[in-house]
Amino acid sequence: MVKVMSKTITGFLVAFFVCMSFSSVSYALEAGGNAPDFELPGEQGSVKLSKTAGSVVYVDFWASWCGPCRQSFSWMNDIQEKYRSQGLKIIGVNLDAKNDDAKKFLSQLPAKFTIAFDPKGMVPKTYGVKGMPTSFLIGRDGKIIFQHLGFKEADRESLEKQIKVALEAKK
Amino acid sequence: MKKYEMQKPLYVLLLMIMLALSGCAVGTAVQPWEKETLARPEMTFEGDKLDTAYTEHIYSSKEGASGGAGVGGGGCGCN
Repeated sequence: MVKVMSKTITGFLVAFFVCMSFSSVSYALEAGGNAPDFELPGEQGSVKLSKTAGSVVYVDFWASWCGPCRQSFSWMNDIQEKYRSQGLKIIGVNLDAKNDDAKKFLSQLPAKFTIAFDPKGMVPKTYGVKGMPTSFLIGRDGKIIFQHLGFKEADRESLEKQIKVALEAKK
Repeated sequence: MKKYEMQKPLYVLLLMIMLALSGCAVGTAVQPWEKETLARPEMTFEGDKLDTAYTEHIYSSKEGASGGAGVGGGGCGCN
């Protein structure tokens, strides 16, 4: 009986670890690492990250139903206008499952920056997005400078400061 | 030996349950960008924002500590 029991338990453990090994875990990207390239349909043609090489890129993952994302829109519009000449490019990756929701949002709150659509959520998976909105600042060398989760009015200043530093950094 | 024979179906059954349960853990976590429905206001436990704030204020005064009451906007953790 004891032998049977130990066999059962061993079987259990083997099954458990086999199953655990199949579970997929996505890791967040670390600062200093290369930003994974992506290509998504945008408002005018496709949007490809590697095409923006040489500029400082602010990639923001947003959705129409997310309150802080709405708040961040006016800030991103401002910042895009202000630093366009210095080489800042903002890409807002929309993650709405229904594209119409995104279109409706954009008709109410037009974006003055590039919008890309990822209804399947493939890009946030590779970027390890843990909450909405999440943004990544990518330097001119294509390396991630920082990752920012959420958006509050109080974040405006510190984010702008970091973008400024990135724009002033040498290529 | 006969005892072991008796145990075999049970052993297989347990293994099957184990495998079935593991399905709950594999790749089914709701991703942040999939929380559209969860983010809706009706998905919160409390209905009225002001009333909740009031109740929480009294509670934190009584406890002498605040926080841990979760975040607004259902399960999205963003609103």
